Amino acid sequence: MTINTLAKGGWHREQMTCFQKMEKVIVAMQDPDMGMKMRNQRLLITVIPHAMTGKDIIDWLMQNYNINEEESLHLGGFLVQYGYIYPLKEPRCLVLRPDESPYRFQTPYFWTSTRWPVSELDYAIFLAKKNIRKQGELMEYEKERYSVLHKRINHTWDFVVMQAREQLRASKQRRKADRIVTECQEQAYWLINRPPPGAPNALDMGLERPSSCTTRMTLWPLNAMICCSNTIILSVRAYVLMCRFVKYSEQYQNHDPIMQGCLPSNPWISDDTAHWTMNAALVPIPTRLRVERWSFSFMELLSDAMGRQEFMMYLEKEFSAENLCFWQACEEIRHGESSKIVEKVEEIYKNFLAPGAARWVNIDSKTMDKTLEGIKHPHRFVMDDAQMHIYFLMKKDSYPRYLKSDLYKSMLSKAIVPQETKKSVFPFVRRQRHSSPSPAQAAEDSRSKGPQAGSD
Amino acid sequence: MVVCCCLGRTATWVSYQLKIHAQKYMRSPLIPEMATQEVQLNETLAHLKSESESLKSKLEEERAKLHDVELHQVAEKVEGLGQFVMKTRRTLKGHGNKVLCMDWCKDKRRIVSSSQDGKVIVWDAFTTNKEHAVTMPCTWVMACAYAPSGCAVACGGLDNKCSVYPLSLDKNENLAAKKKSVAMHTNYLSACSFTNSDMQILTSSGDGTCALWDVESGQLLQSFHGHAADVLCLDLAPSETGNTFVSGGCDKKANVWDMRSGQCIQSFETHESDINSVRYYPSGDAFASGSDDATCRLYDLRADREVAIYSKESIIFGVSSVDFSLSGRLLFGGYNDYTINVWDVLKGTRVSILFGHENRVSTLRVSPDGTAFSTGSWDHTLRIWA
Repeated sequence: MTINTLAKGGWHREQMTCFQKMEKVIVAMQDPDMGMKMRNQRLLITVIPHAMTGKDIIDWLMQNYNINEEESLHLGGFLVQYGYIYPLKEPRCLVLRPDESPYRFQTPYFWTSTRWPVSELDYAIFLAKKNIRKQGELMEYEKERYSVLHKRINHTWDFVVMQAREQLRASKQRRKADRIVTECQEQAYWLINRPPPGAPNALDMGLERPSSCTTRMTLWPLNAMICCSNTIILSVRAYVLMCRFVKYSEQYQNHDPIMQGCLPSNPWISDDTAHWTMNAALVPIPTRLRVERWSFSFMELLSDAMGRQEFMMYLEKEFSAENLCFWQACEEIRHGESSKIVEKVEEIYKNFLAPGAARWVNIDSKTMDKTLEGIKHPHRFVMDDAQMHIYFLMKKDSYPRYLKSDLYKSMLSKAIVPQETKKSVFPFVRRQRHSSPSPAQAAEDSRSKGPQAGSD
Repeated sequence: MVVCCCLGRTATWVSYQLKIHAQKYMRSPLIPEMATQEVQLNETLAHLKSESESLKSKLEEERAKLHDVELHQVAEKVEGLGQFVMKTRRTLKGHGNKVLCMDWCKDKRRIVSSSQDGKVIVWDAFTTNKEHAVTMPCTWVMACAYAPSGCAVACGGLDNKCSVYPLSLDKNENLAAKKKSVAMHTNYLSACSFTNSDMQILTSSGDGTCALWDVESGQLLQSFHGHAADVLCLDLAPSETGNTFVSGGCDKKANVWDMRSGQCIQSFETHESDINSVRYYPSGDAFASGSDDATCRLYDLRADREVAIYSKESIIFGVSSVDFSLSGRLLFGGYNDYTINVWDVLKGTRVSILFGHENRVSTLRVSPDGTAFSTGSWDHTLRIWA
């Protein structure tokens, strides 16, 4: 049992996970043995130490994470976007260029995760410094923000200006290279935490989660513990279970359009809807793959409208069609409107369960008694036991015989195997994409045609 | 085996005691006279808690002894997958803000999508035409679903509700007029799904619960309590008896529920962060989950444990949504770093990485017949890949 208290400090935990992972990468990149080889980079006339080129970054990522250039550029791009690496040449543009452009690692002092949440005071000092250093160096949006801050924290403005002057004075006493580096670092930090209007906000994380701060108890589910002990008692070996995945994938591989393609062609690629037309709900002759699928499991047969139709025909020959009808009627109760449950249950009783009923189903006496008892107070699941009994009866008995029957075999032999569409001679000529009637339209049409005998 | 039996039964007893005490704890008012009783309860609770934890770890130990092989080991003899070439085949433009959710229609070509600005759009993705549009009264519509009949859509978000809109064919008719409020939660709606028919909807919410509703009457049929924080996703099981579903939440847990009784029948907690998406394996015997910890994991329901992790050191950003290809051999993951990673489910390796979106991928679904998959992104577009 765990008692979880969700403190308010859980804000943007998602961000924290990303930052931790990025920081791991950065630390690896700076490893003295396996990390990047840094050198002096020339920026106009100044020499900046401990820098690297964009190309170096990409090469290192490719080598160490076993990824290709595109992915490496993508990943490196995020390191720059989140401020862990900043550019020296165009400090306002947080983009990774795969060339000789110089970059540097951001000092941990300025990592977004370290200095969070962002302090307004710090931003004010930063803007003040820029303003003092060179009049007109502030961009439009920065000027606006500067005046907004001036109004808002006016009471500490003397402190702001004093701090700004102090920091500028201190930086004048340093080497030019250091000055450039510090300016770039700061600029990068503020570009991320106070992005210019219209620029993508790297720190946009969507809605806050979790949204509630209540203390909730979670009890390790009672049933889960029972399940655990059952699993052990049954001693199901993992090997057997794992093999099931392999078997399933092998069985369905040919039916997976993304893996094996589909015949005659994938509509999304060729713009030809023939594949869908051939596999519509009810067609005169189905495709081979479709008929094959009916033999994979009883569920596959029943979930295909045509498969159900064929199976019904077979059962009629065997004089056990009432089983499938009963099952379908039970499904309608389970998934139908609440208001119709009572009348549907009565119908089922009349047709299938009452002594001497027209389509009486053969259920064992125990289940029958339980069901009849339940019918007195009908609810959505009252037919569940009986339905399950009949389902497994069909599955164990009628279904295997159907698969061996002539009906199925002849369906399989006359099923279509579509020809693969040859790639068009003029691949740039796009076929016209035809629209199809919406299901809502089809439903409306059938309603206007008048009530028909329900085709299950 | 006997040891485990006993462990199991003792564990059950302890859990039962905990439940009773927890109920008492939650009910007892905090008035001074009750203080000593409180202290006693707390002590018993603490004692039972530690006993429960130790039993839990003992059970895990015994279970681990039976765990003799990993999925990728068994799959060693399986043929590897070649290079996959998947491209964007359609780009759907029309949303004015981040796309948050989408769902396919059973006709294999239509989709419904919802976005942060409150718009819900129904598209014929094949022609890229928009067929219907609804403006919700709230922003952040995080959940949307297509009805199995194709005649209605359900959606909801910050309004804490799930509403069903029948799709009218009359171009002049305002869809919002026929709107039907079905679900009511006490916090945002994170996901919704119709069950096998248009008549019932399953929802999950930021209030930590899931619920099953009757569409016609708006009545609550069943509620599911057990998550300790926001529930972010859910998926219905494709099993024969069709009675279970799985949900994932901010408490890092994935829970499997029985729809009839409302009980949580299995729980998995191996992720290190919020679970954003859960999806059943096509056979229904397992499910995959995607989390903010940048990994996707596969859980086997019969083995009752995690059987595979899909992760790479170079993948740093969280997974927002996952789905399987038709055969279950491929797992597609939409990530917050704008990419889609394609995983070989059996071998655990990454098959391919797809670029294209210009902001994070927020939703991903494979089409009903497996011919393509669709992604929605914060870059305001949806893409169909094949």
